[in-house]
Amino acid sequence: MANNIDLKPVSEFITENAPERFILDMNSDKHEIAISTKDLQVYYGDNLALSEGDLSFERYKITSLVGASGSGKSTFLRSLNRMNDSVATVNGNIMYRGVDINTKAIDVYEMRRHIGMVFQRPNPFAKSIYNNITFALTQRGHYKKQELDEIVETSLKQAALWDQVKDELNKSALALSGGQAQRLVIARALALKPDILLLDEPSSALDPISSAQVEDTLLELKNQYTIIIVTHNMQQAARISDYTAFFHMGKVIEYDLTRKIFTRPKVALTNDYISGNFG
Amino acid sequence: MRRLFDEELADLDNSFTEMGMLVSQTIQKSVQSFVDHDREGAKAILENDHQINEREAAIEKKTFEMIALYQPVTTDLREIVTILKAVSVLERMGDQARNIANSTIRVKGTKHIASVEQSLGAMGEQVATMVSTVMEYYIKNDALGAEAIADENQSLSKRAAQVRFDSVEGMKEDAELVDSAADYLVIAGYLKRIGDYTTDIAEWIVYKRTGKIIELNPGYNYFI
Repeated sequence: MANNIDLKPVSEFITENAPERFILDMNSDKHEIAISTKDLQVYYGDNLALSEGDLSFERYKITSLVGASGSGKSTFLRSLNRMNDSVATVNGNIMYRGVDINTKAIDVYEMRRHIGMVFQRPNPFAKSIYNNITFALTQRGHYKKQELDEIVETSLKQAALWDQVKDELNKSALALSGGQAQRLVIARALALKPDILLLDEPSSALDPISSAQVEDTLLELKNQYTIIIVTHNMQQAARISDYTAFFHMGKVIEYDLTRKIFTRPKVALTNDYISGNFG
Repeated sequence: MRRLFDEELADLDNSFTEMGMLVSQTIQKSVQSFVDHDREGAKAILENDHQINEREAAIEKKTFEMIALYQPVTTDLREIVTILKAVSVLERMGDQARNIANSTIRVKGTKHIASVEQSLGAMGEQVATMVSTVMEYYIKNDALGAEAIADENQSLSKRAAQVRFDSVEGMKEDAELVDSAADYLVIAGYLKRIGDYTTDIAEWIVYKRTGKIIELNPGYNYFI
C-alpha cells in the first residue's frame, strides 16, 4: 500500500527532458530469462531493417512487440527462431539456455522444436485435425499410436480446442473456422513441446470472438510457455501482455512493463504511437 | 479518428474549466451574501445550484462516452480521468457554497462581530481565488503550481482557526452573539473544506502531468 501514494516533491516527477529510448533492464537475478538478444542487426540486402535490438524476455510471461508496419518488430520476431536466414543477414547473438542460437553450428530444425512460431493467417495443413498435430512428430521420430493420441489430446486441450473437435479428429482441418484453425495451429506448435512460442499477429485475421478465444488460450498457455507476440492491436497488447516493446524505424524505442507503457510511457514517441497520435 | 478525439477532448476540457470558473464565482457570491446579510443573494445561489450539478453530470457522461468509444491510454487517459475525478470535487465545492447560502438565510442573530465577518469575507475571497488559480494550473498543466496550493491552503486553515478563536471568545463575552458566532464557526468550516478540495484538484493536476498520485493535504487540521 505504501507505494501507491508518492511522498516526494512534485519536482522530482517532472521530467522536462524525456529520454529518447528506454529499455527495461531485465535483471537476471530477479527475472528468469527465457531468451535474449544482443547487438542484433538484420539486413535485407544492404538495407538495415533492425539494429540495436537488445531485449531480454522473461520466462512464463507474454511480451508484445508493437510498432507501425516496417518498424522491424516482425523481422525481430522471425529472427528469434531463424526464420530470416534465407532472406536476410542476421548479425548478433540470440541467447537461449546459455547458447547462442544464431550460429551455423545450430541445428535450426531442432532449435525450432524449442522455439515455435504461429503465423498471422491460420495455415493448417490439408490433412485431418489429428494428422496436423502429429505430422512434424512422425517426420522426425517414432511414436507409438498411444503416445500420439496423448500428445494430440494434450495439445488440443492446451489450445482450448479439444472439446470442440474431440469427436471429429479425422475431419479435414480445412473445415475448421478461422478461430479454430488458428488454435489448431497453436496446438500443432505445442505438440513439439516448445519452450517459447512466437506469434506473428495471430488474431489479426480473426473476428472478435475468435480473437478473444485465442487471447484466452494464450493467457492459459503462459503458465507453461514463454510467449512473444507481434500485434497491431494495441488493446490486445494491453489486455494480455506482461511486457511491451515498442519498435520504430528498426529500433526498439521503449521496452517496459505493459501497465507502464499504457499509462506512463517514458518516451514521447511511444506515447504518440500507442495513443494513436501520428500527426 | 484522432482529430475527432482531440476535438472532443478540447470540448471536455473547456466544459471542465468553465465549470471551475462558475464554482469559483458561486463561492465568492455565497460568502459575499453572508457578509452582507443578503438573503435574496443567498436564495439566488440555491436556485442556481442545479446548474453546477447538471454540468457535473454532463461532463461525467461525456468522459464515460470517450472512454468507451476511444479507449484512451497514457496522457489522454490521465486527462480524462483527471476531469472525471476533479469534476466531482468541483460539485462538492458547489455544495459548500449552497451550505453557506443556507446559513445566510437561516441566520437568526441580530448582533454580529464585524471583525469576524470581515475575516470570513477575506477567507471567501482567498478560497475563491484558490479555486480559480487551481483551474489555471489545470489549463497550464502546471504541476509545481498545483503543489504550491497546499501552502495557500495552510494559510486558509490558520485564518479558519483565528475565526474559531474569535467566535468562541465573542460567545464567552456576550451570550447574544451565540447565534451569529455559531454560524461563523460553521461557515469557516465550509470554507476550510473548500480549501481542502482545491488541494484534491491539485493532486489530480499532478497526476495528469506526471502519472503520480500524491497527497497534498496530509491531515493537519486547524479547525473541525
